Formats: sequence, C-alpha cells, structure tokens
Amino acid sequence: MKIFIPTPLRPFAGGKDTVEVNAATVAAALDELTGTYPDLRKHLFTGEGKVRAFVNVYLNDEDVRYLPEKDGTKVSPGDTLSIIPSIAGGR
Amino acid sequence: MLSVDRAVYDAIRAHGEETYPHECCGALLGREAPNGWRIEAAMKAGNTRTDSAHNRYHISPGELVKIERESRQQGLSIAGFYHSHPDHPAQWSPTDLAEAHWLGCSYVITAVAQGKAMETNSFRLNGTGEESKRFEREAIVING
Repeated sequence: MKIFIPTPLRPFAGGKDTVEVNAATVAAALDELTGTYPDLRKHLFTGEGKVRAFVNVYLNDEDVRYLPEKDGTKVSPGDTLSIIPSIAGGR
Repeated sequence: MLSVDRAVYDAIRAHGEETYPHECCGALLGREAPNGWRIEAAMKAGNTRTDSAHNRYHISPGELVKIERESRQQGLSIAGFYHSHPDHPAQWSPTDLAEAHWLGCSYVITAVAQGKAMETNSFRLNGTGEESKRFEREAIVING
C-alpha cells in the first residue's frame, strides 16, 4: 500500500512524498514506515507510542481513530494511508 | 521568501472579505524553490469552528486529505495555509503558533478591517520539531 507523506515530514522520510509498504494492518504499515525512516517516529508518536493528538491518519477517506478496529484495521495493497497534521489557529 | 501568483494573492485576500466578520481559511499549493515556496494555487476550505468563527479557524482533516489529493494530481505540494484576522492585525498569535504543525510551510495571515482586506503577511514555521518550532516572517513577492 501507499503511504502519503505530508510536506513537513518529507525531510524525515528521505524527501519522499510517497512510501510503499507491505503490511497487513494500519499499525503494521506505520511500523514499517518508521522502521525504514526512524526520524519520523518522534513526529508521529508520543513517548508512549501513541499517535500524536495533532496527527491525523486516514485510511483512504476514513479517519483511523473512528474505524471500529482503529489502527488494527486490515489493509489491502490498493489502499492508501494519508498522514495529515492538523490545521487550526486564530487571533 | 514566499512567491505568489497575483491571482492567488488577490483570491486569498478576497476570501477574507467574503467571510468577514468570520475567519476564512484555506491551503496554498506550490513548489519548493531554493529561496522558499512558489505558490501557484490556493484552495478554499471550510472553517469548522462555527462556535467561534470570528477568532478561530480549523480545517477538517477529511477536507485536508482531499486537498492533499488534489495538490498531488496537480503536481504540487501543500506549501502552507492562509487565514484571516477580522479586525485584528496580520500577526501570528500564540494560538496560531500552538496549533501550527506544518514545519517548513508558510502561514499567510490577512488583516480584514471592517470587511476590507488590509495587510497580508507570511510567516514560515521553522524549527525541527514541536519543541523548537517558531514563526519567522518572510517577504511576499507577488508575480504578475
């Protein structure tokens, strides 16, 4: 499956905008990604290993947080995983 | 330096006037140049902070996924974001910094006074992580 890397994380993923992984679940896909690019780990996960609150992970068009099996959801080779840091602010 | 096509620059300022007295928001799509981003397109986004839209903005991650897909199809990257400050200066706020996570990207703010777009400034989010992130003002160069 393909993992789309957002602009701010590309420097920590060898400059790539897409990384191909071969994994059975969302969690395994993220594990493989951070195994290949360890510098990504601190940007994606807290010290306890949870996805940081401001990092959104989407399996195709679905927020993984709201899938019944969350990051244990099975994935297929044709699926895409998007990593999207949140955007907010105001005066 | 942020290089912006004239039509895009005008469009993001007009968006701030359209949504006044609420904050507008959207994404900037472009390519990386040696001295900063070159912005070639902007995509409007909805502000989900309907509870406090006069002084807060938030783009739903689902919409961001679609914007990201669109930018990829255009051969562009998400280079930054824009929003407006209704009746408030075009300066980043502590809330803007706390909620900014796109390192290396540009955050463009337009002050809108009484419905009229005034100053527009750009701040690049520099640093290597959450602990060291900081906004640094960058010049805006308008093309065309």
